[in-house]
Amino acid sequence: MQVSAEAAAPTNAKADRITPVSILERFQGVVLHVAVILLTVMWMIPALGLLISSFRPFTDIAHTGWWVALSPPFHFTLDNYAQVLKEQGLVHSLFNSFMISIPATIIPVTVAAFAAYAFSWMKFPGRNFLFLALVGLLAVPLQLSFIPVLSAYVKIGLTPNNWGFVGVWLAHTGYGLPFSVYLLANFFRALPSDLFESAEIDGAGTLTVFFRIVLPLSVPAIASLVIFQFLWIWNDLLVALIYVGGSESVAPVTVQLANLTNSLGQGYNLLTAAAFLSMIIPLIVFVSLQRYFVRGILAGSVKG
Amino acid sequence: MSSVTYDHVVKRYTSDVTVVKDLNVDIKDKEFMVLVGPSGCGKSTALRMLAGLESITEGQIRIGERVVNDVAAKDRDIAMVFQSYALYPHMSVFDNMAFPLQMKHMPKAEIQKRVGNASHILGLDNFLDRKPRALSGGQRQRVALGRAIVRNPQVFLLDEPLSNLDAKLRGQTRIELQKLHHDLETTFIYVTHDQVEAMTMGDRIAIMNAGILQQVGTPDDIYDHPANLFVAGFIGSPTMNFVPVTMDDGHAKASGFSVKLPKHVGSRKGVLGFRPEAVTDRPSEAATLDMKIDVVERLGSDQFLYGQVGSDTVTARVDPRLKVEPEDHVKLGLDVRSLHVFDSESEKALL
Repeated sequence: MQVSAEAAAPTNAKADRITPVSILERFQGVVLHVAVILLTVMWMIPALGLLISSFRPFTDIAHTGWWVALSPPFHFTLDNYAQVLKEQGLVHSLFNSFMISIPATIIPVTVAAFAAYAFSWMKFPGRNFLFLALVGLLAVPLQLSFIPVLSAYVKIGLTPNNWGFVGVWLAHTGYGLPFSVYLLANFFRALPSDLFESAEIDGAGTLTVFFRIVLPLSVPAIASLVIFQFLWIWNDLLVALIYVGGSESVAPVTVQLANLTNSLGQGYNLLTAAAFLSMIIPLIVFVSLQRYFVRGILAGSVKG
Repeated sequence: MSSVTYDHVVKRYTSDVTVVKDLNVDIKDKEFMVLVGPSGCGKSTALRMLAGLESITEGQIRIGERVVNDVAAKDRDIAMVFQSYALYPHMSVFDNMAFPLQMKHMPKAEIQKRVGNASHILGLDNFLDRKPRALSGGQRQRVALGRAIVRNPQVFLLDEPLSNLDAKLRGQTRIELQKLHHDLETTFIYVTHDQVEAMTMGDRIAIMNAGILQQVGTPDDIYDHPANLFVAGFIGSPTMNFVPVTMDDGHAKASGFSVKLPKHVGSRKGVLGFRPEAVTDRPSEAATLDMKIDVVERLGSDQFLYGQVGSDTVTARVDPRLKVEPEDHVKLGLDVRSLHVFDSESEKALL
């Protein structure tokens, strides 16, 4: 907020005198704001509709659109939530989703941080080639890997029955690594080289530099990567369905949601409540991590 | 507290990119040595090889008696202050200064003592809890110095530490650095492109150009007896006047004047060099310079005249009370005791 206030100050000062330029600048500002607000509203409407529908009784949903509920008479109910939570095993599937998402976020981000540090600040033969190869993997559709990976899993016994979620953790790690390494390596590379040289002279070894300097300075990049990876896994249906299957004891919330529509057909009201519950979690993750997106964490390291 | 020796040191990146060519310098114990030269002359590379941040292609670097070519940077017992300060932005001032000591696993009490000591010397006592971003440029620079001081190193390396400060602060810090050098009694090696810093701070100066060491000497020595045309032109502001001359019979003949040289240098073509202050206000026995003035600069204590003598451009420093205007013609003289003559081929000093 501070930044925007500072940036706005000179504009205000200029606007005191009305000139063609100042009018144009104001006009551009207004257009920009209107466009941003419009886009936000457009993206919010379906979510809002979902939220409102989830509080409406089934009979209302079946007959009228969600916007009707905004005018009296008001008919709101918590029945949908009660039913979904009690009868449809949603609590258990939310738990499964956490069991999959948390390790499948932590493992690739950790591995990627080490790898990115090596790619950006350690010299070893074939570094550039390996990095290019890794980034090239971004273009490979993950569907290609399903059959070979699954048959390998079966061969070595890495199935949900024996190992629980380990298989899907590793799969998500593999699918997430190219992007994670690419993102972090680019960020690490942009750290000032003087810091590393200074640390080298000060006697810090490679690992010390990583833990005491690189990681603390990369909190914004790592936080955004954690959000990306978590959202991707939380919202993933395909990989979960392939590697853990659809049985209720292991299915994450995405799989369970898909089952809801299949098995209930008309259970649209339950779907809205369940979908909203599954949306809430990533929203909480995003909001709680977004304060790390502050810029200027490097301010004061080099130059003035 | 140690001497430093560059012994036939070469730095080569590829077979045809050589940035330091056969560098030989002996830096004495407790000396303030300044490496100076235009950007890209190899002075920073020379320093970084000593720091252990660049490998040495050929030759030896010794700290004291120890050859350090294959010694890791952290084991060379040196400390370096970077141009950008390179402070750790997420650590407080105290932690920044304590970092090198923590890396040596020094006891906490000793770290406290040393950091306290350094912060006291540098006047940082009230800022120990602050982060670098909450400090001014001068304070950051002092934190960088503090981080070097706490280690109590044998050699201090400073890579253009003043160039990010504003002019006034630079002047102050220059004096503080000299005091610090005096108090610490340690060898300082200071890299700069600023000849004023070199002249004012160095016990001795090493001037480099294009990877080649041009001259090593005390500031006076280098100012009064530059070894070649490059050194003569690099040191001193405004720069020395260079006038092409033909020498014959103990006289140097330029396009607009002729001067009797104090010593015979043979009959040949050359370049006559004289500093603006070697020009006297009135014609001397040795020479008369009839100067057509283009620009007059009055600085209060000094007055500089820029103009033409014959077809050569000449700068003269004259008494500020001398009233002259552009387009005037004045007759000036030359102090023959401070004339320099350079060979026009080899650019080496002949006189």
